[in-house]
Amino acid sequence: MDPLDRRLLEAIQQGLPLTARPYAAIAAQLGMREGEVIERLERLRRQGLIKRLGVVVRHRPLGYSANAMIVLDVPDRLVAQIGGHISRFSFVSLCYRRPRCGEQWPYNLYCMIHGKSRGRVLQQLEQLSESCGLGTFPREVLFSRRCFKQRGALYRASLVRGHADG
Amino acid sequence: MDDMDRRIIDVLQQGFPICDSPYQQAARELGLTGQELIERLRRLLTDGVLSRFGPLYHAERMGGALLLAALQVPEQRFDEVAGIVNGFPEVAHNYRREHRFNMWFVLASDDPESIVEVIHSIEKNTGLEVWQMPKIKEYYVSLRLKA
Repeated sequence: MDPLDRRLLEAIQQGLPLTARPYAAIAAQLGMREGEVIERLERLRRQGLIKRLGVVVRHRPLGYSANAMIVLDVPDRLVAQIGGHISRFSFVSLCYRRPRCGEQWPYNLYCMIHGKSRGRVLQQLEQLSESCGLGTFPREVLFSRRCFKQRGALYRASLVRGHADG
Repeated sequence: MDDMDRRIIDVLQQGFPICDSPYQQAARELGLTGQELIERLRRLLTDGVLSRFGPLYHAERMGGALLLAALQVPEQRFDEVAGIVNGFPEVAHNYRREHRFNMWFVLASDDPESIVEVIHSIEKNTGLEVWQMPKIKEYYVSLRLKA
């Protein structure tokens, strides 16, 4: 990533211009050629710095009002296999391995389900549990009641938004 | 929101073309003109159905850092502590969850050291221990919500 890449990523982080030739509009703003913007964006996407280009939805307007973080204590030798299996379900929106934090918090595998109701989320969790063989592992389900802060303004210098899911 | 809006969301969650006329190209698959697609996207943004139309970056590959952290906040102090935590610009989002660990937030910064400083400040200002749950491995998911 060079300084021009960085300027380009900064220029589009709030959104792509809603105009027929958006990459030409960005190019004009940065004093570049349209073709160069396109090549650089292609490369940044290929390199994985841009995970995805497209729409970022808000959950609630689409009716996804239930949000559960499910945490599991899975034997270390099985965690990669089970994490891989869990992540293949379309209703799972995130799946991470994290360190255990002592007796108070022995969990090492986290996944998130966004659903239209708590009942539906719990059904999906049962489906996940049967299919991935999670039945015997200690687990907890943490529903969220509200989100207090969802940073509207971008953290400009950083470009660190990603999914901002830690 | 109508069926076409839902199709637009389903299709454009999977990606957006990088070429000279990307709206026109994406619109073709949906049976719209480029201009119609632009107008619908503008409305979905104005109505708040979409929070953004653009890129999602890979924070760590950009040299930044993200950290999930949790607090056990006594119920009567919840609002006070939320005020302290949310006052840091590095706090990207913060959720109340139904558990003894009742406050879950994500810190994001372009400077990994500033994350450490924020954690110390939160501990000092709240008198509570910040539990850090860093990512060891991400299992890839497609991250799509059916609209």
